[in-house]
Amino acid sequence: MRTSATLPPPPRRSRQLWIERLTGAGFAMPAFVLLLLTNLLPLIAVFYLSLTDYEFGALDAAFVGLANVKKAFADPVIRRSISNTLIYVAIVLPGAVVLALVIAVLVHGRKRMRSFYEVAYFLPVTSTLIAMATVWQFLLHPRLGPVNGALRWLGLPEVPFLSDPAWALPTLAVIGIWQLLGFNMVLFLAGLSAIPKDLYEAAEIDGAASGIDRFLTITWPLLGPTTMFVIVTTSITAFKVFDTVAVMTRGGPMGSSEVLLYNIYLEGFQYFHTGYAAALTVIFLVFILAFSAFQTFALDRRVHY
Amino acid sequence: MAAVELQSIVKSFGATPVLRGIDLAVADGEFMTLVGPSGCGKTTLIRIIAGIESQDSGSVLIGGSAIDHLRPHERRVAMVFQSYALYPHMSVRANLSLPLVMSRLRLHERLPLVRLLSGRRRAVMRGIEREVEAVAQQLQLGALLDRRPAQLSGGQRQRVALGRAMVRHPDVFLMDEPLSNLDAKLRVHMRTELAELHQRLGATFIYVTHDQVEAMTMSNRVAMMDSGDIIQLGTPTELYARPANVKVAQFIGSPAINLLPGTVGAGGRVELLGRQLALEVALPAGAALTIGIRPEAIAARPATAAQDGEAWLLARLRRRENLGPEHILHFDLPGADLAPIVCRAPAQLHLPADGQVALTFDTMACHLFDASGARVAARGANAGEAGGREPVVVPFRS
Repeated sequence: MRTSATLPPPPRRSRQLWIERLTGAGFAMPAFVLLLLTNLLPLIAVFYLSLTDYEFGALDAAFVGLANVKKAFADPVIRRSISNTLIYVAIVLPGAVVLALVIAVLVHGRKRMRSFYEVAYFLPVTSTLIAMATVWQFLLHPRLGPVNGALRWLGLPEVPFLSDPAWALPTLAVIGIWQLLGFNMVLFLAGLSAIPKDLYEAAEIDGAASGIDRFLTITWPLLGPTTMFVIVTTSITAFKVFDTVAVMTRGGPMGSSEVLLYNIYLEGFQYFHTGYAAALTVIFLVFILAFSAFQTFALDRRVHY
Repeated sequence: MAAVELQSIVKSFGATPVLRGIDLAVADGEFMTLVGPSGCGKTTLIRIIAGIESQDSGSVLIGGSAIDHLRPHERRVAMVFQSYALYPHMSVRANLSLPLVMSRLRLHERLPLVRLLSGRRRAVMRGIEREVEAVAQQLQLGALLDRRPAQLSGGQRQRVALGRAMVRHPDVFLMDEPLSNLDAKLRVHMRTELAELHQRLGATFIYVTHDQVEAMTMSNRVAMMDSGDIIQLGTPTELYARPANVKVAQFIGSPAINLLPGTVGAGGRVELLGRQLALEVALPAGAALTIGIRPEAIAARPATAAQDGEAWLLARLRRRENLGPEHILHFDLPGADLAPIVCRAPAQLHLPADGQVALTFDTMACHLFDASGARVAARGANAGEAGGREPVVVPFRS
C-alpha cells in the first residue's frame, strides 16, 4: 500500500477514491445536518439580527450595521455589566479551581469516608440553584440569617451581603464557587485516580517523600490536562452567570451585580430590543471564544506530556 | 556497598499471610534472585526491603544496621519497577536528575519561582548535570536525554529506569521483574547487560522474577519462594542439580522435569510403573514417591536396542517440537494414564516409523521426592554402585 501511494494512482484507483469520499461524507451527513440546524443556523440568525434594529413583534426591521455594537460599548450600563462579569469570573475561577483541587486531594486520601465526602460535595451540583437561592437568601439575611448571627456572636459588625453594592457581587461569586466545587472536585478525583500508584512509590524512593514534594513532582504536573479542562469549563460557566443574579439581586443594588447575560435577558425579554440583545449576545460569544482559545493555546503546550 | 539481611520477616494482608518468617542473608556485592510463581510473596518482600511496604514483624538490616525506621529514600537502596515508573511529564534528563535534585537541593531551592532566589542552586545543578550525563553515557542514553518517556522504546525506557537507579550510587539495587515487559529477544540481550552491569558496579543486587531462565543465568544465588516461604536457597547449579523440593524441581529447568509416580517396594527398592529400579531409599515399603527425571537425562532409541540392566520405558512418540539444534519429543506411555514424557534429543535423531521407542535413563539421574514433596536421598542398589552415591547429574546439553 505504501508504494502505491507514492506512484501516480491508476484511473481505477481514483474512481474508487471518489466512492470512498462520498461514502465518508454520507456517514458524516446526519451529524452535520443536526449541527447545522441546532447550532450553526441559530448562530447565523443571531449574527444577522445583531446587525438590525429589530424589535420583538415588529413587522419589519432596518439594517443598521455595527450600530448596535457601537451603542453597547458606549452604554455605561453594558460597560459596567461587562466589568462586573469579569470581576465575577476573576473571583470564581481561582476559588473554584484551587479549592476543588485541595478538596479532591484530601478526599482522594480517605479510604472509608471517601464516598460520603464525594456525595456531600457533589450535592450542590445536583440541586437546582433557583431552589437553593432561597436557602442562601435566608442564610444571608441581615437580621434573621444564621451567617450574620454568627458574625454578631463573634462580636463582628453585621454584613448586608445582598443589599450593599460592595458586597453583592462577591457574595454571588461565593455562591457560584459553592455550586461549582463539587463538579470540579469530581473531575480532579478522576484525574487523581488515573495517576499510577507506582509513580508515587518511585518518587518516594527517589526522595520526593514529603507531601509538598509529592504534589509538586507528581500530582500537579500529571493533573495538568485535567486542570486545563477544569479551568476552561469553570471560566465559561462563570462567564454565563445568570440565575443567582436573576433570583437573588435582580442586578441590584444599584446595578452592582448586573452581569452581561442578565442585561441580554433584560434587553431581549423585558424591553424587547431583540436586535440589540443579539448584538450583546455576539459580544458575549466573542468573549467566551477568546477565553477558551487563549487558554487552550497558551496552556495546552505546557500541560500535555 | 553493603550486605542485606532479613530476619524473620512476617507480613499478611488482612487475614491472608503473604510472608511467613523470611530469613535471608545477601552478601555484599551478591546478585541474589528471588524466584517463584506469582503470589509467592517475592514482590512484597522486595517492597519491604525498599521501604514502600512495611512488615508486620521482623527486621531488615543493610550493612549490619537495622533500617526499619528509615524512609525509602534514606535506605540507600534504588528500585527498578516492573512498569519502570518513569515520570511521564519529564524528559529523560529530568527523570535521571530527580533523585539527585531531591537529595542535594533544599526545599526552597526546588520550589517554583522561589528557587530563582538561590545562588547555590546553579552550581549544584551543574554538578548534577555532569553526573547524569556520565550515567547516560554508560547506558547509551546520551542522544535521548531530551526526549520524554512516551517517545522511547521499551528497551530504552528500561535503560532510563536503570539509569535513574544508578545515579544515586545506591548500596543495593532492588529490581522487580524489570525485564518482563520486554520482547523475548530484548530480554535475552538485557540479561547480559544486567549481569555485566552488576559486575561493573559491584553493588548488591536483589532481583525478583518469575522466569527461571533469568534466575539461572544472572544470579550468584537463587532463593526459590513458594506461598510465603523460601523453600530452597542455593546457587543456580544446586537448585538445578539437587532440588530440595518437588516444587523447585518443577520450576527450575526448561522443558520442565518429568514427574512419574513411584512406590517403595520390599527392602526400600524404588518401583516405577511396577518395575524395580536399581535404587534404594530409607523409607518404609508401600510409601508413595514422586520420581523426577529431567528431559535431558532421557535418551530415546529403537525399542530393540534397549540393553539389559538399563532402566527403560516403552513409549510411543506423540509430538515432535523442532527447536533447530535439538528437538523436544513428547512420548505417551502405553497403558499408563500419565502426562506425556518430555525428552530432549539431537536434531539428527532418527526414530522408527511406528514411533515405538525405549526411553532409557540413568537411575542415578532420578530425583526422588516423598509424599510431602521433600527430596529423598537414594543410593544405587547394584553391587557395583552401592556406596551411598547421590544421583548423577546429567550435564545440560545445549
